[in-house]
Amino acid sequence: MSNPAESTRTLVIERVFPHPPEKLWRAFTESPLIAQWLVKNDFEPMVGRKFQFRADPMPSWDGIIDGEVLIVEPLKQLSYSWSSAGLNSVVLWILTPAERGTHVRMEQSGFRPDQDAAYKGATYGWQRFLGTLERVLDGDAL
Amino acid sequence: MVSIVKQANTHHVFRALADPTRRAIFEELTRQGEQTVHALTEYAGVSQPAVSKHLTVLKRAKLVEHRREGRETHYRAQPEALAPMVDWLNHYGAFWRDRFDRLEALLERMD
Repeated sequence: MSNPAESTRTLVIERVFPHPPEKLWRAFTESPLIAQWLVKNDFEPMVGRKFQFRADPMPSWDGIIDGEVLIVEPLKQLSYSWSSAGLNSVVLWILTPAERGTHVRMEQSGFRPDQDAAYKGATYGWQRFLGTLERVLDGDAL
Repeated sequence: MVSIVKQANTHHVFRALADPTRRAIFEELTRQGEQTVHALTEYAGVSQPAVSKHLTVLKRAKLVEHRREGRETHYRAQPEALAPMVDWLNHYGAFWRDRFDRLEALLERMD
């Protein structure tokens, strides 16, 4: 799940859906469809577009996720930043045609050094912090 | 899933560390060990009231603890408080699996 050489943590979830990539792409990029499976949103699949996801609030979480579209490669890749309650992360969707449908891989990770230059400055501190965090916890703290 | 208490902790930890100055103060404490408010003020390059305010937020998140010695207050990092945050991405695992199921149901309806 996480590579100790990278100062980031990544969550990966994969699943094969018995549907063509075209259909999945619509579910990932059309606002009313996104609302049906993920959260209420004002999403638009345009690089640089800022959007907001609004999940149901919980006692300790306002449910608001701020994002910016980073990658739009129709039928193949979609990526956006995902910032909520102080956590900055990036969500990346990768679609690959499979024998009977589409293989979907979702990665949610902290910022990586190879991220868009515009993000580097803003996220450097966090990234460095996560590196520190790994070291700090590389003991019996957990 | 996670208990409410744990989420509240995570929330405080994230809020506390979302601020770059507080993060710097916390990092400094994990690197250097115990520090006085005076030393931290010098390090952070902001006013002492501002540092004290930041330390209060870190204290609420249980990321630091303090002791008084004469006129000085000494702070030290409590890295165990980071545990809920390290867990946090794992909690997202449950979130995404649930959403994947909903996506599957939606794809069925879309035909």
